[in-house]
Amino acid sequence: MITRREFLQASLAASALWGGSGVGNWSKLAAQQALNAENLLAFEDFGNVTLIHLTDLHAQMKPVWFREPEWNIGVGAVRGQPPHVVGKAFLEMFRIRPESPEAYALTYEDFTALGRAYGKMGGLDRVATVVKAIRAARPEALLLDGGDTWHGSMTSLRTKGQDMVNAMNLLGVDAMTSHWEWTFGADRVKDLVDTGLNFPFLGANVFDVEWDEPALAPYTIFERGGVQVAVIGQAFPYLPIANPKWMFPEFSFGIREERMQQMVDEVRAKGADLVVCLSHNGFDVDRKMVSRVKGIDVILTGHTHDAVPEPVLIGETILIASGSMGKFVSRIDLDVRDGRMMGFRHKLIPIFSDALPPDPEMAALIEAERAPFKAEAEEKIGTTESLLYRRGNFQGTWDDLICDAIRSERDAEIALSPGVRWGPSLLPGDAITREDIHAVTSMTYGQCYRTEMTGETLKTILEDVADNIFNTDPYYQQGGDMVRVGGLRFACDVRQPIGSRISAMELSDSGAAVEPGRAYTVAGWASVTEGTEGPQIWDVIEAHVKKLGTVRVTPSEAVRVTGI
Amino acid sequence: MDFKRREALWLGLGTLAAAALPGASLAATVEELTASFAQGATPGSEGITLTAPEIAENGNTVPIAVEAPGAVAIMLIAPGNPEPSVATFTFGPAAGSQRAATRIRLAKTQDVIALAKMADGSVVQAQSTVKVTIGGCGG
Repeated sequence: MITRREFLQASLAASALWGGSGVGNWSKLAAQQALNAENLLAFEDFGNVTLIHLTDLHAQMKPVWFREPEWNIGVGAVRGQPPHVVGKAFLEMFRIRPESPEAYALTYEDFTALGRAYGKMGGLDRVATVVKAIRAARPEALLLDGGDTWHGSMTSLRTKGQDMVNAMNLLGVDAMTSHWEWTFGADRVKDLVDTGLNFPFLGANVFDVEWDEPALAPYTIFERGGVQVAVIGQAFPYLPIANPKWMFPEFSFGIREERMQQMVDEVRAKGADLVVCLSHNGFDVDRKMVSRVKGIDVILTGHTHDAVPEPVLIGETILIASGSMGKFVSRIDLDVRDGRMMGFRHKLIPIFSDALPPDPEMAALIEAERAPFKAEAEEKIGTTESLLYRRGNFQGTWDDLICDAIRSERDAEIALSPGVRWGPSLLPGDAITREDIHAVTSMTYGQCYRTEMTGETLKTILEDVADNIFNTDPYYQQGGDMVRVGGLRFACDVRQPIGSRISAMELSDSGAAVEPGRAYTVAGWASVTEGTEGPQIWDVIEAHVKKLGTVRVTPSEAVRVTGI
Repeated sequence: MDFKRREALWLGLGTLAAAALPGASLAATVEELTASFAQGATPGSEGITLTAPEIAENGNTVPIAVEAPGAVAIMLIAPGNPEPSVATFTFGPAAGSQRAATRIRLAKTQDVIALAKMADGSVVQAQSTVKVTIGGCGG
C-alpha cells in the first residue's frame, strides 16, 4: 500500500508543472507558444474533481493594467520564499523567460513596454470564457470566489455591490468568502446574501460579538463525481481592526484556528473525501494555519493579491494563490479516491484580454450594469505622462499623486494614504477617467479628513502599520502594505521590532526633523473612525488632476528601506 | 458559563484588592502573583490551553478562554495592565470541566499569562501575545 505522501510526491514528479525543488518550470511550454485562447486554456484533464479559483477581483469587470509589486518583503522564516520574490528573482525561481507574456503578467519590470505588447489583463467576460471552457471539459467543476469581489469600482460603490452580485451569479459561483464586502455595512451584506446571492457566503470564523457564537454558514459539502467535497470558508480575520468596525458592530472575526480544526474534523466525520479551505487570510497566514490545522487538502488563498504560478506544498496541503483584479484564474484538477487526495494538476491561467474572446452573455451583463453610470464613469479628467501604479510594500506613483492631491487641495503639511493592495495601474499616455480615480479609492468611508497630529503620533502610526506587515509571526500581519506619505520622509528597518523600525522622520519640503512634541497638519483618507468628516477622496483627486491637466509623477523617495 | 463568569468576577475582584495592597513595581507584582499561586512549583507547559485573539478587535473587551483538565484553580495575568491581576478561577470536585472564559481589558500589546494548579500541587503555564493596535490600512 503506497502511502498518501508517496502518492503526492509521485504525482508532483510526474507533473510537467513542477520541478524537484518545490519550484519548477511553469512557462517552459508556454514560452514557446503563441498567445492564444487555445494555448491559454490547454489543460490535460486529470483525476475526478476540478476546482476553479478566482479571488480579489475588487469589482474590476473590465480588463485592467495591473503592475505586480516591486517590493514584497518577507520576514522571518518566509524571507525569500514565495510570494516574497519579485522581478528577476521571480523569473529565475519559476524559470520564466524575461519579456515573455508570463513575465509581464507576474512581475513588474518593463511593465509599460510589455503592457503595450501584450495588452490589458482580466475582464469578467474573459473570465467567463475561461470558466465556461473548463466547465465544458469538466461540467461538475466547482467555482470558488475568495472574496473582495463586491468592492473597488465606481459602479460597485453606486450599486452597493449589486452589480458584482449579479455578475457572479451569472458566472455561476458555487461559494464565496468575504472581506471588503462588509464595508457596505452588515445590513447590506445580509440583504444581498439573503435576497441576491445564488450561492453560499461562507465564513467559519465569523461570530457574533455578544455571545461569541458562529454567525455564518462555515462550510458547504458538494457532491462532485461521486466525491464529497467540503468547502470551508475563512473570511478576512482582521476586519474590525483594518476596516471600520462600526459598519458591522455585531460581528467578530479572527483567525480562530481551533475552530478551523473543528470544522475540518466535522466535515471529515460527515464523510468529506476532500477538504478545501476557501480563505481570505492572506498568503503567510494561510501558510502558518495549514501547518497547524491538520486535514486540509487544498487551501485557496486570497487577500494578499499574490499570483504564484505553482502550488506551494505545506505538509500534505497544497496552497493556491490566484492573484487579483481578474488577472488570473486557477484551475486545479484533483484525483480523489478512498477518501483521500491522491494527486493534483494545476494551472494558473493568465487572463490576457486580447487573446481570450469575451463571453457574449457576460459582456452584455457588464454593459447593462455600466449603462446608468457610463457617461459619468468614462469622463476624462486628465492625462498621465507617467506610469501610475500602487501595488508594493512602499509608495507607488498613484499614491504619490494622491498624496500630492491631498496636500494641495486640503492645505496640509503631511498627507497619509492607506497601503491597500488594490487599484489598477495606468500607462503613460492614458487618459485618467473618473472611474480610474475610483478604482484606486472607491470605498464607503472615503472622507478626506484634515487634522493635527504630533510627531509622536505620526511615528506611532508608522510603527503600527509597519508591524502589520513586518511582524515575523504571520498571525500578527494584517496583509496590507505600508501607509503612504506625502510631505514626509522616513527610514524603515524591516528587521527591527515594533517601536524601532521607523527613524529619520523629516519634512520633505524643508528637510527639518519631525519633532515628537510639535503638532503638524495632516490630511488623509480611509479613517476607520465613525463620523470622520471631509470631502470624498475621489473628488479631492479629481479637483487636483483637473488643475494639472497632465500628470507627471517621479517615483517618490520618501522611504529608505533597510534590513532586507 | 454564567455561573463561572459571575464567579470569575467576584474572585477577580478579590484578588485585585489583595494584589493592589503592596504597591510594588509591575514586574514584582507579576512575580509575586506567580510565586504565591505556584507555591514553589516550577510551571510546566503541557495540559493547559489558552485561547486568545492574536490581535484584539476591541482592547476594552478581549475574549480569553483557558482550559486545563484536572485543574483546581486557574489564574489569569495581564502583565501589561496597570493592575496585572485579572482573575483566579477555582474548580470544586463536582466541576464538569476545568475551563474558564471571560473578557478582559488590555491596556496595550502584551503576553497574557494563564497558570493552572493541579490537585497534586503541580502548576502549568501558557501565554499568548495579544496585540492591541490602532487599526486601519488593511488592504
